[in-house]
Amino acid sequence: MSDLTKLTLAEARAGLKAKRFSAVELTEALLAAIEAGNGALNAYVLATPEAALRQAKDSDARLAKGEVRPLEGLPLGIKDLYCTKGHRTTACSNVLGEFIPTYESTVTQNLWDAGAVMLGKLNCDEFAMGSSNETSRFGPVVSPWRRQGANGGSNVGLVPGGSSGGSSAAVAADLCLAATATDTGGSIRQPAAITGTVGIKPTYGRCSRWGIVAFASSLDQAGPIAKTVRDAAIMLRHMASPDPRDSTCVDVPVPDYEAGLGDGVKGLKVGVPREYRVDGMPREIEDLWQSGIAWLKAAGATIHDVSLPHTKYALPAYYIVAPAECSSNLARYDGVRYGARQPGADLTETYEATRAAGFGAEVRRRVLIGTYVLSAGYYDAYYIKAQKVRTLIRRDFDAVFKTVDVLLTPTTPGPAFGIGEVVGDPIQMYLNDIFTVPVNMAGLPGISVPAGLSSEGTPLGLQLIGAPFAEGTLFRAAQTIEDVAGRFSPPEPWWHARGVAPEPRRAGGAAAGKGKAAKRQARRPAKG
Amino acid sequence: MEIDEGTVRRIAHLARIRVTEAEAKALETELSGILDWVKQLDEVDTSGAEPMTRVTPVTLKRRADVVNDGEMADAIIKNAPMSAEHFFLVPKVVE
Repeated sequence: MSDLTKLTLAEARAGLKAKRFSAVELTEALLAAIEAGNGALNAYVLATPEAALRQAKDSDARLAKGEVRPLEGLPLGIKDLYCTKGHRTTACSNVLGEFIPTYESTVTQNLWDAGAVMLGKLNCDEFAMGSSNETSRFGPVVSPWRRQGANGGSNVGLVPGGSSGGSSAAVAADLCLAATATDTGGSIRQPAAITGTVGIKPTYGRCSRWGIVAFASSLDQAGPIAKTVRDAAIMLRHMASPDPRDSTCVDVPVPDYEAGLGDGVKGLKVGVPREYRVDGMPREIEDLWQSGIAWLKAAGATIHDVSLPHTKYALPAYYIVAPAECSSNLARYDGVRYGARQPGADLTETYEATRAAGFGAEVRRRVLIGTYVLSAGYYDAYYIKAQKVRTLIRRDFDAVFKTVDVLLTPTTPGPAFGIGEVVGDPIQMYLNDIFTVPVNMAGLPGISVPAGLSSEGTPLGLQLIGAPFAEGTLFRAAQTIEDVAGRFSPPEPWWHARGVAPEPRRAGGAAAGKGKAAKRQARRPAKG
Repeated sequence: MEIDEGTVRRIAHLARIRVTEAEAKALETELSGILDWVKQLDEVDTSGAEPMTRVTPVTLKRRADVVNDGEMADAIIKNAPMSAEHFFLVPKVVE
């Protein structure tokens, strides 16, 4: 039965319909894979086997009656940023304590209404702030990938990217068929790229943000991480919907992205933005990019050199806008209405103690930067300036999309790094998102598709960027790349062997103040 | 070095986050580093650009001005650290 975990979402959908196996069998196989593998990977922070089996039984009953919904009986992992009714939701922050939502996010409700099964909640960076999943209160996620080499490779634990590192690791390690994720500056695409999975951040407004823990509201978008382009297309169709409860969610019908996957790229105009060729970019990234260009060209697309002059200013502008919005959004965590309160002599001391104990180092850093750039005397110099630069970034994209249909770039400036290797300098970590952040700043859709392996034998991805609501075009161009490049899976399922996980070094300052016992406990997902 | 220790303390208080002596020292360096780095935006001529207020050019949705939920006090206080009779409890704020 363990073979069932290797199925893609589309294969499992076909298998269930053909009654080759039941939804309960499929769910049990994945729950067993989580039980065996999560101790080493730490991808799940909460397993929900009882709820999963209940949903799976309901799906089997519907399958028997022929009342099949689009995602009937398909088991998914849910990033811990999505509020799930009756199941602990923490955004992987201590400040939320043991918060159990009394409501369901719109996106997850859409998935359950379509028949999907919830396996559990997935690890992520605290409040989705990070590029390596090292800032989680539950400790880092370990990528199922390891460096390969002439001398047998290395057992150093690699990061699965972030912030959706639990999602990317769980999909890459076959601990779910597909996962939800969120992307504020690259948190879907960067983890997908370095784990050999497919991730799409749709156009701002395509998915409802209602019930998703907010980080930076003008940038946050929900999207899937999946094993294939087809699976990502299936997932997005059933995650997205109009929503009266999110005023930024658009009233545009959701197309059947899957239907257009085979349409190819003949005549598609592909732009290659010259500003993405940054100083010090590794040769293998440039080579990967050239391969992608060649593949699309061979499939009938035309290639065009284009310019996005303000590209280099997207990252510094992001690190004003995102912290500003986060300092505002995170003001609600005061220990009064929910979360873990630290008592103080008076109300102010209670707030200050609660937030000092509840926020990790990176979150605290961003809240303080945000508070500073919004404070009297600095607002115009920082925040207004950054929002003006953002307008210029958007204008750059608007201008190139008058002449081309999609843009092709690398997703990341390099392959996965080791846990604890990028510490001490926050800006070094921020540079991981140099190619993904401009897309959020302009509210555009972007997809990362696996395209090759690094010299270390670990995955690399290419990013396609589209005009607003051009997700369908992105899916068919990504399908063309996947058809040539193939799929990438970790060579050895080493995580199945219990007790041999590499002990990750702790990231400096990340998830401070946790004892060994708490860490061990976190690595075995709690049952909920 | 734009940020000194006094500024760190001032913004930490505005953000209602307690910082220790040692943390304030470390934050002084970290925050200054980030602010120095974002200062490169000064190179950009933004004279012809309006500050972006929303990334998609849509008008805000409206709905009928009617009560459409409520009567859920139990759910609202369910996760409260301290509560009594549907009230959140906090330390005394008035002497």
